[in-house]
Amino acid sequence: MALNPRLQHKPVVIASNNDGVVVTGNAKAKGLGLKMGVPLFKVQDLIQQHDVRVFSSNYALYGDLSQRVMSVLEQHTPEQEIYSIDECFMRIPEFAEATTYSHNIRKTVMKWTGIPVSIGVATSKTLAKIANHVAKQQKQYGGVFDLATAGNAEGILATFPVKEIWGIGRQYNKWLLSQGIETAKELRDANEGMIRQKMGVVGVRMIHELRGISCLPLELVAKPKKEICVSRSFGQPVTELADLQDAIATHASRAAEKLRHQQQVAEAMIVFARTSPFKSRYFRQSATVQFPIATSYTPAMVEAARKAMARIYEPGRELQKAGVLMVGLCPETTIQGHLWEKDEGWEKRKRLMSIMDEVNDRFGRGTIGIAASGVKQTWKMQSKWRSPRYTTCWAELPVASC
Amino acid sequence: MLICSVHAVSWADSLCLPCLAAPISAGFPSTADDHLQNNLNLQEALIPRPAATFLMRVQGDSMEGCGIFSGDLLVVDRSLTPVDGAVVIAVLNGEFTVKQLRLSQKTILLAAANSDYTPIVVKAGMEFQVWGVVTYVVHGLQV
Repeated sequence: MALNPRLQHKPVVIASNNDGVVVTGNAKAKGLGLKMGVPLFKVQDLIQQHDVRVFSSNYALYGDLSQRVMSVLEQHTPEQEIYSIDECFMRIPEFAEATTYSHNIRKTVMKWTGIPVSIGVATSKTLAKIANHVAKQQKQYGGVFDLATAGNAEGILATFPVKEIWGIGRQYNKWLLSQGIETAKELRDANEGMIRQKMGVVGVRMIHELRGISCLPLELVAKPKKEICVSRSFGQPVTELADLQDAIATHASRAAEKLRHQQQVAEAMIVFARTSPFKSRYFRQSATVQFPIATSYTPAMVEAARKAMARIYEPGRELQKAGVLMVGLCPETTIQGHLWEKDEGWEKRKRLMSIMDEVNDRFGRGTIGIAASGVKQTWKMQSKWRSPRYTTCWAELPVASC
Repeated sequence: MLICSVHAVSWADSLCLPCLAAPISAGFPSTADDHLQNNLNLQEALIPRPAATFLMRVQGDSMEGCGIFSGDLLVVDRSLTPVDGAVVIAVLNGEFTVKQLRLSQKTILLAAANSDYTPIVVKAGMEFQVWGVVTYVVHGLQV
């Protein structure tokens, strides 16, 4: 929307690859009941009636905007963990006053990129996620909520449902409710021994986090199911393309394995690399690969990651970190029927991957990997309503009239 | 497999020109050639803040007086604060437009650089926003 002012007051939804279901929508669209996962053909009437604008997903654009936002944020913090395409954790520098600092960051991101963000501040990641909920939903805070200094912190925890807590799945939610634990406050004050018995060390950590004791260091938490990010800082700066490609291939394989483990496929992959944000000539670059059909096939991932790295590589840059981000995740089952018609090789590749995963599970990660790869995907992706690639394609730049 | 894209504001495919330490002289080869400096990266000079920089295409002739012609490329930096006299991208009633910003105490004016066009006075009720500041125009000279 930052790049198409005409959409400012319209309900907008984004459709999945091949235009099957609603992936997301803006507040106006959500208000009309256009929710994630709704098949488009079922809501045709609603779309026409309210003049809803439908766009096919455009990962090139989202990837670019996401990396711009991350880049602005990165320059404000000593430590950043990209958590998904639209979410990250940052450590607030010692010298800064948290609320003012956060408002400044929010303003800068908006001004530089046109993307509105919400910021939640707290002493642990779990609490910061709760603070972010508040910042996002309660407009009076202007997009920033600092739970650490808020007078109503107790009240917020007392009304925050456990199922919304970061890391609480359906199973744990059910069990907690059966134990009479319904809110974040109740979980925080729950008996540690009881929680440990059922939820193990994960549960105990969660309690500690809710008490404001940070025990999930950056980068050590289970990743969300909606996106997968695998990234590593290099021990020492890397400058050679071949080394970078090897590193990124490893990250891509690992991400593909995670996808299959979750029985998911990804519609696109973002590859990024950067130098240290605190040295001169800061450099950060990314490339987005959109798969014709969502996939979790390691050779496809590895090949795409290597090619993308070659595109963003620039000699002489001392790169400090690189990673891959899988986006547009959907269940494997959603593509199966679609694929049967067009691609007989699919079943074979799936079998190959499950054998590979089994061997690696049994004998240790990396026992079998991909040496060379190459899959031809000759069919064309359907995305009738793709928005222009405003920032990544010469032919589709925004036009300013005069 | 498709590599869909690399950022438009990309360092990667950038034009790198060797920069000689000494002026080129005819005749004797200069030993200064041994001190070849870093390559010059044009984008590093034109786009100091890639995260805030966007490229746009121009359509129309109202800014020709500023050297901005239809079809030209504009480098737009959102991080800059628009001041009086700046060439800006404004959003006016849902459209992007390039104009020169004229700020006075009472009025905001969007001035053209072509006498065929009258300036636009921004009035209450108009949907108006300065989207970014134009820092460079790329104009090809081939006929």
